[in-house]
Amino acid sequence: MSAHRRVRIGSVVASVFRAVLLIGISYVILVPLMLRISSSITPVQELYDQSVKWIPRRPTLDHFKLAWTHMKYLTALKNTTLLTLTVSLLQVATCSMVGYGLARFRFPGNGLIFALTVLTLVVPPQLIVTPTYLNFRFFNFLGLMKDNPLNLVGTYWPFILMALTANGFRCGLYIFVMRQFFRGMPRELEEAAYIDGAGLFTTFTKVMLPGAVPGLIVVFLFSFVWQWNDYQFVTMLLPGKTFLPQALEGLQAQVGQYMADTDSLAVSSGFVDNHFYSLVNSAGMLLVVVPLLVLYAFTQRYFVESVERTGLIG
Amino acid sequence: MRGKGRFRWTFETRQRLGGFLFTLPFVVGFVFFFLVPFGQSVIFSFNELVLTKTTYELRPKGFSNYGYALFVHPEFVQKLTEVMGDLLVEMPLVLAFSFFAATLLNQKFKGRALARVIFFLPVIYSAGIVQKLEMRDYATVMLANAREASSILGSEALRTLFETARLPSAMITYVNAIIDSLPAVIRASGVQILIFLAGLQSIPSEIYEAADVEGATSWEKFWMITFPMVSPLILTNLIYTIIDSFTVMDNPVIEIIQETMWRGSGYGASMAMAMIYFGAVAVVLIIAFALVSRRVFYRT
Repeated sequence: MSAHRRVRIGSVVASVFRAVLLIGISYVILVPLMLRISSSITPVQELYDQSVKWIPRRPTLDHFKLAWTHMKYLTALKNTTLLTLTVSLLQVATCSMVGYGLARFRFPGNGLIFALTVLTLVVPPQLIVTPTYLNFRFFNFLGLMKDNPLNLVGTYWPFILMALTANGFRCGLYIFVMRQFFRGMPRELEEAAYIDGAGLFTTFTKVMLPGAVPGLIVVFLFSFVWQWNDYQFVTMLLPGKTFLPQALEGLQAQVGQYMADTDSLAVSSGFVDNHFYSLVNSAGMLLVVVPLLVLYAFTQRYFVESVERTGLIG
Repeated sequence: MRGKGRFRWTFETRQRLGGFLFTLPFVVGFVFFFLVPFGQSVIFSFNELVLTKTTYELRPKGFSNYGYALFVHPEFVQKLTEVMGDLLVEMPLVLAFSFFAATLLNQKFKGRALARVIFFLPVIYSAGIVQKLEMRDYATVMLANAREASSILGSEALRTLFETARLPSAMITYVNAIIDSLPAVIRASGVQILIFLAGLQSIPSEIYEAADVEGATSWEKFWMITFPMVSPLILTNLIYTIIDSFTVMDNPVIEIIQETMWRGSGYGASMAMAMIYFGAVAVVLIIAFALVSRRVFYRT
C-alpha cells in the first residue's frame, strides 16, 4: 500500500516538475512574439509610461496602417507568395527525388554525392552569392549563347533553375531529410511494384511518394519559411521588385521620407525617433510573419504529430 | 515470367541506373550553380573585381586580399575568434537542451500537441530578415525592460548567488554566459528538437519491454537504450547546429563580409574573408565529426 502510494506521489511530483519546465520554456519562446504584438499596437507616447505593461491604454493600429501602405503590402505579398510557392513546390519535388536516389540505390558515387549535398550547406551563402549573380547576369549555359549571354537577373528563372536542380537555398537539408525518410520505409512495397513490372519513376511517384507525405510536408514548410524570409538572393537576383523582406528592410526609410514630407514638425521635434520606427517595424515584422503562422497552423498537425513516421534516424 | 520479349533489368543495373537518374538533377545543379560560382569566388579572392558596362574585369592581387583580411582589417580576426568562442559555449547547450526538450515532448501528457507547436514556433518566426531587424529594435528592448521580461530566468539573482558562493571567477563567467544565452539557445533549438523527437519515436518499444522484464531502472534504460539509439542524431544535430550558427544573418563575421563587399574595391577582400571563414567552419566541422562519430552507435 505504502509503496503504491510512494509511486503515485513520485509521478505527481514528476508531472508538476514537467509542467513547470514546459510552461517556463514556452514562456521564453512566446515572450518575443507577445512583445512584438504589444509594441506594434503601443502608441509612441505610452512607450515612456512606466505604468503601461503588456496592453497599452489606448491601443493603436496606426503602425499597421503605415507599414501596410509603405511596404506596398498587397503587391509584396502577392509577389512573395508566387515566388515562394513556385520555389518550394519545385524544391519538394526535386529534393525528394534526389533523397530517394541516395536512400534506395547502391551505385558508385552515392557516398560522394551525399557528401556534396552536405558541402552545399556548409558554405556560407555570402561566398557564392555574387558569382551566382554574375552567372545569371551573363548567363551562358555551356557556352551555347556564344557572345550574347542572357540576362536572367530580374526574372524568376534563377530561382526556378536552382530549385529544379535541387540546389536552392538550404536544399542540402531537404535532401537529407527526404533521404532519411525514404530509408525508413519498408522495401517490400517497392519490390512488389518492380515485380509487377512498374518502372523506376512509376514506382517512385505511385508507391513511394504517397507514403512519404508527412516528410514532404515538413520539407515544404521548411522550404516555404526560408524562401519567404530569404533576403540575400532575392535582393540580388530580383532587384527593384517588391518582395516582403525588402519591403520590410526599406520600411523605416519609406516611413521616414513620408513623415518628413507630411509632418516635418513631428520629425524636427524629435517626436518621430528610433523608438517610433521600431514600433512601425514591429507591425511590419508581424505582417511578414503572419502568413507563415497561418500556414504553420494548417500544417502543424503533420509537422508535430507524424514526426515519428519521418524515420529520421539512421 | 513476363512474356512478349519485355526487357527486365537485373538488380544491379536497376540500382545503378536508378541512382544515377534520381540524383542527376542535383549533380547538374551542383556543377553549374555551386561548383562554378565557388571556383569563381576562389579566383575573385586573389583579384580585384571591376564591373564594366558589359561584363567584369579582374586585376590580379596575389595574396594581398588575404593579407588585408588577416592583418589589416581592424575587426575581422577578433570577430572570427569571438564567433568560434561563442559556438563553443552555445553548441553543447543547444545539443543538451534540444535532447532534453525532445525527451520531455516525447512523454505522454495533456497539452502535448500544444507544447510541440510552441517549441517549433521559433523556426517559423525568427528567420532571415525578421531576425536581422530584431537586433536594432530599440523600443521592444525598452518595453521588455519595463515589463521585466528580460529577467525571466532570474539571471541577476543567480549571478549574485554564484558570486557570494565564491566560485572561481572563470566558472562564474562561464555560468553567466550560459544564463545569458539561454533564451537564444531555446530559440535556436527548434529543428534539433524535431530531429531528436523523430529519433526517440523510432526506438522500438519492444526493447524497453525487454529491459523491463530484466528489471532495468529508468536510469539504466536511458543510458543503455535511449542514448545509444539516438546517438547518430547527436552527430546530425551537431553538424546542423554548427552550420546554422555560422550562417545566420546576425553572425558578426557575416556582417563584416557583407560590409566589405560593396565598399570601394573591397570585393576581393570580402571573398578572401569568406574563404578564411569557410575554412574555419570546415575545420570545426571536421574536428566535431572526428570526435563524435567514433562514439556513435549504429543500428545494423
